Amino acid sequence: MNINAIMLRPEDNVATVVNDVKAGDTVSFSKNGEQCVIKAAESIPAYHKIAVSDLKKGDHIIKYGQIIGGLTVDEVKKGCWISHKNIMSLPRNYEDEL
Amino acid sequence: MNFLGYKRPDGKVGIRNKVLILPTCACSSETCRIVSEQVKGTVYVSNQAGCSEVEQNLKICYDMYSGFAANPNIYGTVLLGLGCEGCTPQNMAEEIRKKTNKPLEIVIIQDEGGTVNAINKAVKYARKMVQDASLVQKEECPLSELFLGIECGGSDATSGLASNPVVGKVSDMIVDEGGSAVMSETTEFIGAEHVLAKRAATPEIKKQIITICKNLEEHLANVHQNLRTGQPTPGNKEGGVSTIEEKSLGCIYKGGTKPIVEVLDYAQMPTKKGALIMDTPGFDVASVTAMVAGGCQVIIFTTGRGTPTGNIIAPVIKVTGNSKTFKNMKDNIDFDASVVLNGEKTIEERGKDLFNELIEVANGKVTKAEAFGFNECSMNRICKFI
Repeated sequence: MNINAIMLRPEDNVATVVNDVKAGDTVSFSKNGEQCVIKAAESIPAYHKIAVSDLKKGDHIIKYGQIIGGLTVDEVKKGCWISHKNIMSLPRNYEDEL
Repeated sequence: MNFLGYKRPDGKVGIRNKVLILPTCACSSETCRIVSEQVKGTVYVSNQAGCSEVEQNLKICYDMYSGFAANPNIYGTVLLGLGCEGCTPQNMAEEIRKKTNKPLEIVIIQDEGGTVNAINKAVKYARKMVQDASLVQKEECPLSELFLGIECGGSDATSGLASNPVVGKVSDMIVDEGGSAVMSETTEFIGAEHVLAKRAATPEIKKQIITICKNLEEHLANVHQNLRTGQPTPGNKEGGVSTIEEKSLGCIYKGGTKPIVEVLDYAQMPTKKGALIMDTPGFDVASVTAMVAGGCQVIIFTTGRGTPTGNIIAPVIKVTGNSKTFKNMKDNIDFDASVVLNGEKTIEERGKDLFNELIEVANGKVTKAEAFGFNECSMNRICKFI
């Protein structure tokens, strides 16, 4: 089966689809060298993110092995579209970093 | 490997050989345009400020416009002032001379008795300078003389996956050759500054990287602007970039992996060679102009959505990781990095291809933005005019 999504780090909980995906389509990506397959729960445009696990409000969204924001809606199921409509940036703590 | 460049009397090497008609302020900007239109081989940059400015804005103006004159792609400069502006022609000339000993002539409109006389004098200087410039022959120069500026704009999710990692490879290759590569846009470090800071060559540089991010957020908060409401842009979001963290984590790939040896203020020339950072805003045009003022001879600019931005002093090479954009914006995009997404090529391989393209542009190949003669110029500001 063709790989049609990219997971950058094994700890990520989203993958990036590289073509337009429709609800019910199979999304396939490589994780730690192994092929993983999930079913898209809704349509997702090319280069957008798909949740690879069930997520709850406040959960950190991980891409590039780093936090890219927190979930702002009650829940998102595996296979759903992750976008600016359901995640939001988190404030920085520069004092701790300095 | 070498490239063919123009050796300047200040020891730097240009990849283009232009005469610059430089305005001190908005009041002499249009006169510069007319002079430049009359003399082939000259270029001009517009200036929409230069007077009635607070000290910090004036300093930016001096840094930026003297930096343009010192850029190695410039053979020499005809500086054109009005005569009563805050950014004085005398001070600007002094700033230019601190940076370079290249040819410099000054024309002041009020001293010449109006626009027509000023144009007459400036055109004579410019014609002579263009003829002198034409006598400079290209010579073989080592790649350590290259100073690359790296920019991104109109990002989408492919930027962080394809084009930025490919450009990061080029940045590393330039640094390995002993040259320099600067990455800018502090806005697009925010959320990734802790990752970027790991590349700092010293604890002091690490502190500077975190501090410029903190300062930018505080600066915007002073005018009641939350950075996160303006970033990512609507186009970024439509392209699959949902938060500033996601945008920044993708953006910083373009700076490669080498130790960061210096953090530059806006439009400053570096004192060190290697991987550098410049503190600029997330507005791509205002970043490109600042890096050109810092001395970059060439810019690589990644884009997911596709942008036309060019620069009249330094050629801009456009790179996209989005195959649709490459087809859709073929007029504007020089290099397709999308082949790393479908596995046709590795990031390493496509990075080497882009490095070769960069050398060709250094040797004289005209980029798409350059062929259009695009001349965007934008300067960062601290606050309102006085």
